[in-house]
Amino acid sequence: MQTLNTPASLAVAPAPAITRQRAWMAASLLAFGAFPFISSEYWLYWACLIAINVISATGLNILAGYTGLASLGQAAFMGVGAYCVALLEMHAGTPFLLNIVIAGAAAALIGLVVGIPSLRVKGLYLAISTIAASIILEFTFANWDSVTNGVRGLNIAPASLFGTELARPEQLYWIIIPVAVVMVAAAANLFRTRVGRAFIAIRDRDISAEVLGIPLLRYKLMSFGLSSFYAGVAGGLWAYFFRVVTPESFPIQMSIFFLAAIIVGGMGSISGSIIGAAFMTMVPEMLRLAFNVIAPADAITIIPAIRAIVFGTLIIGFLLFEPQGLAEVIPRLRKHWRARRGRGNLGSTTSKT
Amino acid sequence: MNDWLYFTEVALAGLGSGALLALTGLAFVLIYKATRVVNLAIGETLMLGAYLFFGFTSGLNMAVWLAVPLVLLCGGVYGAAIERAVIRRMLGSSALSVFMVTIGLGSILVGVVELVWGLEPHSLVNFMPEKPVFLGEIYVSSKTAVAFVVAALTIGLFLLVFRYWRGSLALRATATDPGAAYSCGVSVPKVYSLSWVVACMIAAGAGILVGAIGGISSAMGVFGLTVLSVVIMGGLDSILGVLLAALFVGLAESFAIAFLGGEFKLVTTFTLLLAMLLVRPHGLLGTAEIDRL
Repeated sequence: MQTLNTPASLAVAPAPAITRQRAWMAASLLAFGAFPFISSEYWLYWACLIAINVISATGLNILAGYTGLASLGQAAFMGVGAYCVALLEMHAGTPFLLNIVIAGAAAALIGLVVGIPSLRVKGLYLAISTIAASIILEFTFANWDSVTNGVRGLNIAPASLFGTELARPEQLYWIIIPVAVVMVAAAANLFRTRVGRAFIAIRDRDISAEVLGIPLLRYKLMSFGLSSFYAGVAGGLWAYFFRVVTPESFPIQMSIFFLAAIIVGGMGSISGSIIGAAFMTMVPEMLRLAFNVIAPADAITIIPAIRAIVFGTLIIGFLLFEPQGLAEVIPRLRKHWRARRGRGNLGSTTSKT
Repeated sequence: MNDWLYFTEVALAGLGSGALLALTGLAFVLIYKATRVVNLAIGETLMLGAYLFFGFTSGLNMAVWLAVPLVLLCGGVYGAAIERAVIRRMLGSSALSVFMVTIGLGSILVGVVELVWGLEPHSLVNFMPEKPVFLGEIYVSSKTAVAFVVAALTIGLFLLVFRYWRGSLALRATATDPGAAYSCGVSVPKVYSLSWVVACMIAAGAGILVGAIGGISSAMGVFGLTVLSVVIMGGLDSILGVLLAALFVGLAESFAIAFLGGEFKLVTTFTLLLAMLLVRPHGLLGTAEIDRL
């Protein structure tokens, strides 16, 4: 794992950086607030979908990028969250935000159970046991007819808040984006706490971590639980967004998608999860748009094939040539440009943010 | 009496699919032993082999006796190319990165196959005898019988070569310690190449057998997941363990299909896998990894 990660996230930010960070945060909050007023429903749809994927990818990054436990079960955990929301909405009628939290908790619970093999196995074996878990979950979704309605799936009533129905992307935007912002901020701050540091210690060398007095199993399970909580919340939002859940909604390819997203974005980097999820979510849509320009109409049928090829190529390409991911490319480019601008004034170029 | 007959038929069908699992598992272990790569793209390699066979026979109207060696050849070339272009560049990266690379490879293969041959499933030209085989009163489909015999022969041949050929000593040396093998004059890169070539040939050949029995589709790679669980259950680095686990999983799946229903096939395998991981994480006969600080 070590080779995939950058310890830069641990650096204590100097004072000017904090000011700059605050300015950036204010600007992006403003941008999020203004976005619905200046853009079309099409872009709001994608913004919501990206935000949902960002939540899930951030969760996976806590587990895979920061704790060093790769999981191919993220989509199945999202499925748990989505089914949980659907069932609560049908049978309990509890408020919408509570449903989302319960969805997260349910997924976290399942995540803890799936994480139990981490007591004895690690690395690849663990990744494989999460494949097993996600196949068993998928089977449960498809065959527990009395609860999940089998392959037909469940329909979900639109979410409502204070009597207003939230059915369209421009309404759900105001829920999904704040939830995503809060969860990403929480994840970013997690790694300034004792728990977060323990995760990183486990990733870097688990035996050393144990020698330092970190109870391995407890922290590994905690990481599993947290990561699946994120997946569950993302799944719950997903359910409200698409309003139908079927066993095919969360295939193992989707788990691969999330792992690919954090590889492309950057393992062990919060901004990496955001960039990666956004990028990977938009790739298929960009392909579709590109194909519409080049060859309209019948090209639609080959898009899934092209998408599979592009996904595979991106995974391999990034692992071969840029294992740190896009999150590392952007600062490097910025440094490069700054170096070009300020050639002759080398002193200023060395102070990296 | 009839129950007993049915039971035996199901068991024999299970042995048949177990033999195919064993054959593919062998390819998997070969790659793992030599290069320490857990190759998740093995199922997709199988699929590639099956589709190439389909392309040669149905598309180009080639005779079967010509198509089979051509498929094996293509499988070997593919293995060599992947090893040289991708896997060797990943030397020294974490096992997980390489694992992800093979997932990426699998994705590309699925895309290519869908692009060339389309999304709809096909069936291969029938090149096996139609008449079912009867062992006494017991019915065995001839395809399963042929697959079993071919797989058993290939595995037997492989085991003989592995035991007596001098080159396999190099493989075993590399598996034990690449550094020491290298300094003793073993050409480790050659061993890497050769293991990928042979493994991909085996996988492509197994693909023809699997495709002949069950038809081919771009989702065939799922077979690779079953193989993966077989290999983990048997022990990643133990050929004997993998053979045992393959027969065991083949039987278990066959009984699950016969007595529980087809949808229980994968879930049975993976429940067994989870149980095995909890009880013996390194598999039936695999070596337990010792971690040192």
